[in-house]
Amino acid sequence: MNPQELLYWVRGTGLQISAAIFVFGMIYRMLHLALLGRKKSLAAPRGSEWGPGLRTMWRRSLVMPELSANGRFTIITGYVFHFGFLITLFFLSQHIDLLRAVLGFGWPALPRSVIDIAAILSIAAMIALLVHRIIDPVKRLLSDFQDYLSWMVTFLPLLTGFMLLRGIGFGYITLLTLHLLSVELLLIVAPFTKLAHMFSLFSARWYNGAFAGFKGVKA
Amino acid sequence: MSKLQRGINSFIEQIDGPIATFFTSCVHCGLCADACLFYTETQDPKYTPIHKLLPLRRIWQQEYTFWGKLMFRLGLSKPVTDAELAAWEPLVYDSCTLCGRCSLACPVGNDIVYMVRKMREGMVASGHAPEGLKGATQRAIGLGSPMGVNLNTVMTHIRNTEKETGLSVPLDKEGADYMMVLSSAEIAEYSEVFSAVTRIFHQAGVSWTMASDGFEGTNSGIQIGSSDLAAELLWRIVRAAERLKVKYVISPECGHAYTALRWEGPNLIGRPYNFQVIHITELLDQLRSEGRLRTEGLDETRMTFHDPCQMVRRGGVVEQPRNLLHMVAPNFVEMPDSGIQNWCCGGGGGVSANERAEPLRLKVFSRKKAQLDAIGVDTIVTACSNCRSMLLDGLEHNNMSVNVVGLTELIAEHLAPAAK
Repeated sequence: MNPQELLYWVRGTGLQISAAIFVFGMIYRMLHLALLGRKKSLAAPRGSEWGPGLRTMWRRSLVMPELSANGRFTIITGYVFHFGFLITLFFLSQHIDLLRAVLGFGWPALPRSVIDIAAILSIAAMIALLVHRIIDPVKRLLSDFQDYLSWMVTFLPLLTGFMLLRGIGFGYITLLTLHLLSVELLLIVAPFTKLAHMFSLFSARWYNGAFAGFKGVKA
Repeated sequence: MSKLQRGINSFIEQIDGPIATFFTSCVHCGLCADACLFYTETQDPKYTPIHKLLPLRRIWQQEYTFWGKLMFRLGLSKPVTDAELAAWEPLVYDSCTLCGRCSLACPVGNDIVYMVRKMREGMVASGHAPEGLKGATQRAIGLGSPMGVNLNTVMTHIRNTEKETGLSVPLDKEGADYMMVLSSAEIAEYSEVFSAVTRIFHQAGVSWTMASDGFEGTNSGIQIGSSDLAAELLWRIVRAAERLKVKYVISPECGHAYTALRWEGPNLIGRPYNFQVIHITELLDQLRSEGRLRTEGLDETRMTFHDPCQMVRRGGVVEQPRNLLHMVAPNFVEMPDSGIQNWCCGGGGGVSANERAEPLRLKVFSRKKAQLDAIGVDTIVTACSNCRSMLLDGLEHNNMSVNVVGLTELIAEHLAPAAK
């Protein structure tokens, strides 16, 4: 297989397989969580579950009170990473073209300069978070192989994508192939690691808000 | 079956949709550490709330996730061992008061304390619960009370109250509206609550009774994490309430009694109650709003309110104590982080019954001390007798001269004279 053929496979069959693993893997994980269910409480409720559950899904995205310096660093850097990642993912014109081909509709892209800044900030935030994971005693204690694996498979698409846009290091075909391969790796790994939090965090927040709401706690 | 196996089976049984969702969502960000006074006051990373759940997390991975199952079956991941659970026992019991502050802090929304409560079920089943808490639970089951008080103790208090107030204290009165339940500590140490509720209920015209076979609400079964024992303790109150055909059971000034009675109870006994549960603070505030609770005179001392975790953050009774305090305390001030973000006294969730945890509990009292130092009060009012004991203990340990009083007694002291 020559580089052209490899790229052809990676952007065709490879992407289809990994996208299918992502979609079906995530559906399987989320369905599994939903089906595990919970026992309905027999206690008399003081408040409702749905409203507070839905509110908590949004409200937990806001910064919490009283954090240490480490906590503030995690929150701020975490925000920069997530926003940078989502901006490059959903507002780079090439990504929108691909999504339009799949979804049948698209939306306006952001200027390249904005994407560049978002990508650089996101990459820098990820590196900072990795360093923090290693030096902060709390995070170091909590971290296992999956944390580093998840970091790596999230970092590679950002890095190769940036290199591709800027033409850094390798030729266009090589960089595009590497970028697509890294994306495929992310798609395959995500449903089976903590990266599944991209979906499950909404039901986690719902449960949290619903439990509080049931008791009439205005959290 | 070995005890370890029993424990592991119990862990597997405890894992439900919420727990699996919480573990799936945890990104190991460590933000829960900042919410836990055992971490903030020691800076020891092992007290990070989510870390306390590591054995349960491993069981979840090995039993409920595809790759975890595969790795475990291939022998590529370590099974949870007896030694590991022994090592985790102090983390799950000594350094967690089930206060639930971490559950408010988690950015992905994990209700961490919900998981600690469930993890304790497996810990007890595997034989890894602290001796002090085991002893308290055995006394509760065997003698009827974790602090060893019995009906004779209660009868003595009732007689003294009747002599002191000239009012009768109804016992086993069928058809009363309310059945008053007390906490172990109230009966043993804060018996002034007897005359306080007797006088308040007399003034407000509340139809009430106590029950000779269900007078104590403290539930060590909840704290140690044994649903079976918790249910056995709870049944005493349920049977008494249903025998006396009361409409309401009044939960005492005791955090975990409220959680046990109000929220866990029907699930423990497997059916809804034939009565409602109301916290004494809720009832007093209701009487106030109906104009049935009248006070006179003011306490001019600088006062604050310590929010008991199970009543406030985990129970939703937040405004009521404040409404009551405003009747009598013109110089009431809030602590920093008051309300649902309040810091625990350090002795909830069974920690106060666990002697081994005492040095750590007193150490982390520095958080409460800092809250109090920030406002400089003469009196702390609270509505949980366990918090009250823990506050007294912590204050004494730190040579701080601050009064600690129960909310019900404070109100009773200011009852309008006509009813005295």
